[in-house]
Amino acid sequence: MPGSGDVATFRVWRGDAQGGKLVDYPTRVSPGMVVLDAIHQIQAEQANDLAVRWNCKAGRCGSCSAEVNGAPRLMCMTRLNDLPLDKPVTVEPMRTFPPIKDLVTDVSWNFRVKQQIKKFKPRAPDAPDGTWRMAQSDVDRVQEFRKCIECFLCQDVCHVLRDHHLQDEFVGPRFLVHVAALEMHPLDTEDRVPELRQAHGIGYCNITKCCTKVCPEDIAITDNAIIPLKERVVDEFYDPLGRLLKVFSRGGGP
Amino acid sequence: MTDYETFDHDVLVIGAGGAGLRAAIAASAAGVSVGLVCKSLLGKAHTVMAEGGVAAALANVDDRDNWQVHFADTMRGGQYVNNWRMAELHAKEAPDRVRELEAWGALFDRTEDGRILQRNFGGHKYPRLAHVGDRTGLEMIRTLQDHSIHQGIDVHMECTVLRLLTEGDRIAGAFGYDRERGRFRLFRCKAIVLATGGIGRAYSITSNSWEYTGDGHALAYHAGAALQDMEFVQFHPTGMIWPPSVRGILVTEGVRGEGGVLLNKDGRRFMFDDIPENYRSQTADNEEEGWRYTQGDKSARRPPELLTRDHVARCIVREVREGRGSPHGGVILDISWIKRKLPDARKHIMRKLPSMYHQFKQLADIDITTTPMEVGPTTHYIMGGVRVDGDTQMSTLPGLFAAGECAAGLHGANRLGGNSLSDLLVFGKRAGDFAARFARDHGSAPIDSAQVDEAGRGALAPFERAAAANGHGPYQVMQELQGMMQELVGIVRVGSEMERALAGVEELRKRARQVGVAGNREYNPGWHTALDLDNLLTISEAIARAAVERKESRGGHFRDDYPEKDAAYGKFNIVIRRGKDGTMQLSHELIPELPAELKRVLEEQK
Repeated sequence: MPGSGDVATFRVWRGDAQGGKLVDYPTRVSPGMVVLDAIHQIQAEQANDLAVRWNCKAGRCGSCSAEVNGAPRLMCMTRLNDLPLDKPVTVEPMRTFPPIKDLVTDVSWNFRVKQQIKKFKPRAPDAPDGTWRMAQSDVDRVQEFRKCIECFLCQDVCHVLRDHHLQDEFVGPRFLVHVAALEMHPLDTEDRVPELRQAHGIGYCNITKCCTKVCPEDIAITDNAIIPLKERVVDEFYDPLGRLLKVFSRGGGP
Repeated sequence: MTDYETFDHDVLVIGAGGAGLRAAIAASAAGVSVGLVCKSLLGKAHTVMAEGGVAAALANVDDRDNWQVHFADTMRGGQYVNNWRMAELHAKEAPDRVRELEAWGALFDRTEDGRILQRNFGGHKYPRLAHVGDRTGLEMIRTLQDHSIHQGIDVHMECTVLRLLTEGDRIAGAFGYDRERGRFRLFRCKAIVLATGGIGRAYSITSNSWEYTGDGHALAYHAGAALQDMEFVQFHPTGMIWPPSVRGILVTEGVRGEGGVLLNKDGRRFMFDDIPENYRSQTADNEEEGWRYTQGDKSARRPPELLTRDHVARCIVREVREGRGSPHGGVILDISWIKRKLPDARKHIMRKLPSMYHQFKQLADIDITTTPMEVGPTTHYIMGGVRVDGDTQMSTLPGLFAAGECAAGLHGANRLGGNSLSDLLVFGKRAGDFAARFARDHGSAPIDSAQVDEAGRGALAPFERAAAANGHGPYQVMQELQGMMQELVGIVRVGSEMERALAGVEELRKRARQVGVAGNREYNPGWHTALDLDNLLTISEAIARAAVERKESRGGHFRDDYPEKDAAYGKFNIVIRRGKDGTMQLSHELIPELPAELKRVLEEQK
């Protein structure tokens, strides 16, 4: 645990789309500090133009994603206590996204992907006053997915995006979680399964669970979102009897 | 000549938290073209930090609740200097706005019979806050965000507006810059909705993020619109205080709503020692009754921990000043004690307060299910803001609207928890609706290129001073301002200290004009901070001037030299305008008399 008056070195990536390098900044550290505090201190005292995104500083907004000693983390939730301070702490931008400047990357692709996913479409209200009835147990499952803070660390670590650059064919774990939240929403009536197989490229995921491991909200991305969606794709496209039954039930049901 | 790119929108919404998103959705649904400016990325605004819930008299948990009770609670909490028309509309329309979110996909926690669950909160007579654990704000902003992206709204992310452009006495557009490239943008529009949130960054201890620099307040003021109630700043009683790096981060009132108690170092529940007269009949007089209230016993009255935020914050300050504080200068907030009452307390706490559990576990190494927390007041919210018409949310400048935290009126002298999320829905929608109507009824106004050039030159000036920046770095000036406001215009105020703060603002303003920045225009936070200074100085001056002027104590404004409430001050709002000579002018604007119907409601709910 760092005591007050101690100094640690932060090796921060400085640069832009043209390239960059790691620069060492020694700075004071004190008990309870997180990586974002150190970055802010460096910014205020040594490098006013050091670019970094942040907002809430409490792990709620998902803005300060970066790679700390090579691991995708929220800087605001990474305590210095948990890092070896006898050697420099490396802080780099998320490598899957194009660099803009220093620790800030171009994450706009994520916003474009989301727009392509069919929006929520509720069933008709259950009660005459226009409201619905849902049991807490039905809501629980989807609430897990709706905890997502869109930090995009799962996208950053996914090898389909990071190493194979298949951004045009695969939406990535974040948006499979988003689709799962919509598909498993008790009120939703839209069918997104055909897109899952085609446009969203769910088949690219080979369930290595890297995304689950880095999720700061502890969403069981692979087990609870992606695998059930994969099962739905299989049911719909590779099970003719099930598909037929579904067509009938859709025609007759509410 | 200033170089810029031009964008045309019928309605420009500045700010993309809950109020801005709701306004943009309303305006685009009304059929006009809408531009939405976000200071950060879409979906990151401070609304995500709202924890406890959204107040609406749905009466799902207690059928005695209705708009009249909500209205009366809001007025009582605001110490009757509220814009009563806004309080009325808010109480009446909040239930529909919440139900509408459900139709857009929001998933609130449920009652046994499958309806939206509601929880207790400070100052609300009945359980009224629809919620999702303690991450209600995230649920709301994501619902609004995901709905808005299919509405054809043009979103300008990471873009900051530096100046509103006027023509004669109406709005004509806005001028700003995009952070990624550092290039200027000119927005030509027929109406503008300000939804920029608060001013927390004027103080050193705050729950607010870097964005909350009073942009909307200052933009409106410089464009000639009036501000009001700027003396009323809410210091949330429970922020984290240890370790130092997390100081100010919010600890939701939901902790107390679920049975958490406040203790001083002697283990005494000090909130029982000071219950204000106008809340006495609604407040439990023993610990057992307070506990029963938090567990849904309708015959019980609420525990004093759930008195209004202004009062709880002052009681905490008193305990600390009189030497009964916790080791790090706060008091104890304990939810772990409920294990003596509930067999599955640990599970219950983790289910009801999951974000709080994680926040303390990760940032302070504290397990709140077994260990008490240390908390102290943190700058959280400003009740004051742009003076608006209650129905339309239009400011005193035609074509300029404001909604959410940057607008004044609904909350009076003190906001009740949960009323901000309902505020931004109700008045975000109204502002969007009426801005769209204004845009349809009025053509574009011409852009005054002199205003654009002046704004452009002013924005670039810090780069020209880079060499002479000795001791005038933007961060140093900002930190000094924050420290000064914290010390001199904080929770407990004295006239002479605030006069010193006003002199300090003048001094810092001179230094801000010398601030130089290094580097180039691309994503340069130093430059951004330099540009934020002007807004921060403007609103700090407004807060201090209004606070000097109000020689009484009311709601969020407490004067050690005038500790009592003075009925004469309950008859008006303090309004601030920019004088012709550029100085800040204060006036007292009488609060219109309540209509007989609303008077009756207040009487019945006494």
